[in-house]
Amino acid sequence: MSTALRYPAEAEIIARAQETPSIVSLTVRLTDSAVADRFRFQPGQFNMVYLYGVGEIPLSISSDPADTDTLTHTIRDVGRVSHGLAALQVGDRIGLRGPFGRGWPLRDARNRDVIIITGGLGCAPVVPVIDYVINRRKSYGRLIIMQGVKHSDDLIWREHYDAWDAHPDTQVLLAADVGGTRWNGVVGPVTELFDKAQLPTQDSVAFLCGPEPMIRACVKRLIEEGLPTGSIWISMERNMQCALGQCGHCQFGDRFVCRDGPVFCYADIQHLFGRKGF
Amino acid sequence: MAAHRPVNGFLPREAFGELLATLRGGGYRCVAPKVRDGAIVYAELQAQDQLPTGISTRQAPGRYRVEITDSPRNFAWANGPQALKPLVFKARETLWRVDRDTDGRISFTGSSTETGPLAVIGVRSCDLAALALQDRHFLANDCVDPHYQARRAALFLVAVNCTHPSDTCFCASTGDGPAARDGFDLLMDELDDGFVVRAGSAAGQKILQTLPVRPATGEQNEAVTQQNRQATECQTRQLPSGNLEQVLFENLDHPHWQTVAERCLSCGNCTSVCPTCFCYSEQDAGTLDPGHSTHIREWDSCFTQGHSYIHGLTIRADTRLRYRQWLTHKLGSWHSQYGRSGCVGCGRCISWCPVGIDLTEEVTAIVGSKP
Repeated sequence: MSTALRYPAEAEIIARAQETPSIVSLTVRLTDSAVADRFRFQPGQFNMVYLYGVGEIPLSISSDPADTDTLTHTIRDVGRVSHGLAALQVGDRIGLRGPFGRGWPLRDARNRDVIIITGGLGCAPVVPVIDYVINRRKSYGRLIIMQGVKHSDDLIWREHYDAWDAHPDTQVLLAADVGGTRWNGVVGPVTELFDKAQLPTQDSVAFLCGPEPMIRACVKRLIEEGLPTGSIWISMERNMQCALGQCGHCQFGDRFVCRDGPVFCYADIQHLFGRKGF
Repeated sequence: MAAHRPVNGFLPREAFGELLATLRGGGYRCVAPKVRDGAIVYAELQAQDQLPTGISTRQAPGRYRVEITDSPRNFAWANGPQALKPLVFKARETLWRVDRDTDGRISFTGSSTETGPLAVIGVRSCDLAALALQDRHFLANDCVDPHYQARRAALFLVAVNCTHPSDTCFCASTGDGPAARDGFDLLMDELDDGFVVRAGSAAGQKILQTLPVRPATGEQNEAVTQQNRQATECQTRQLPSGNLEQVLFENLDHPHWQTVAERCLSCGNCTSVCPTCFCYSEQDAGTLDPGHSTHIREWDSCFTQGHSYIHGLTIRADTRLRYRQWLTHKLGSWHSQYGRSGCVGCGRCISWCPVGIDLTEEVTAIVGSKP
């Protein structure tokens, strides 16, 4: 463990995108070139992002790992730190520590069909996965992307979904609990998309990210479809303050989500997953 | 292991000052038990007469009282609220500092830990066991906490075997006491007229060689054996034996969790006095100077609402879930995480619980006495 992971390095905001009224993407560059050169991440890993004078929050990295020059974090304005981060502008400075945790098992997924199911802003941690698969399209089987949102206005990156959908052997399915005007996706929970999906064989892998009730419902469907629990991977969120497996907040039974996760094989955590209080 | 011949010597009580002088001469600051605010706490020791002489403690669920006795002994009491934890894992400390210049550029500096050699006198076996457990957490190979590491490396531990366990103690049942087996530099068994001393490390051996000890007599050694046996036999509380991880996680819906929750105040006293609890929160400490900020950590507790908070959702919103988290972690998950239970039987969580919740009773109610 590098001691540099114990305190942040400065990063400058070089682009800012207001995705929805409450969601902002910040693209940043580490200002110390030596730190930037060392920084490499796996899709699914996260950074601790620091707002000066306020504090840190864990945020997944939503940019392509092949882009070694900049990083993007997509933030929903829900708390003290995220509220301040969402208000920052190009040129402002933040702190970054990371990357932390274990990402998605992309090597295991090679030559297999990949099912990606996300809810809400849950798509942010898997955008780099989708880009990764799309950029190495021949190394993977079919790609099925299912995304659900509460209200159709919450859907971000519409143009990404359209672009992915245009790739061969790729199916994009969208659902909104409440569909607004001009919504041509499914109205209802994300599980309704299973009826429309051309679900692949048992030898596929599924990556899920989003609110836990949604993940629970989707995992149940995947198992019913015949997917083994060892082929289902989920990204978890818990309170994280140190990201080093020491402060104790993110413990999930005997696991430290920050260190042993945030991506877990469902088979390893199914005994506790969905249990209230863990 | 450094080769050292175990020397078992008797140090007369009136020569105890020699130990202090030797440790000071060796560059150690000395910390020892003292009576302060009605409790025995670790504090800086200048002279032997500051030790608690003729002091005992009476402890029961939700009760701790210091009592005066006519004993000539200095260590005839059971543990106070503090373990070694506050000496190595500070209740509050700075992790890093941030400076911001007028252009808004920010720079970070890791905080160094200023510490010098520290001798702790009067360490109990349960607390040595707890320290070994905290070592496993904070000094894990792939993630060493530099602040803990610096303080830990500076420790010289003078253990004194516990001869007066309190009513709340159950170290015999967890296998962590009352007599210390390892983890000390020096170990003393207190008799009325002095101490039988032996070394447990090369550093301890070096100090012991300078002390005016004479060989312990057979009678003295027999007295030590006798009082250590008594200290084991007088303990009435016990934890169910063995690894409780599986049985606890099989009983997550046991109705007794709710029964405890109806008494528990979720105050976090138990986690504060627990010598193995390691949770800490991090935050920026406010300052009036716009050019600086300080990032600190301080002890946290799984009994607080904030402990399990994530963006608008509290994972453990009620006391039942928090108590269950504490117990299933302490006596359950610790086995998977660190190879043994996180409880060393010190009994502090029982004595210092304002409503007298007894961990041993609660766990027995949930898993049965013989799982």
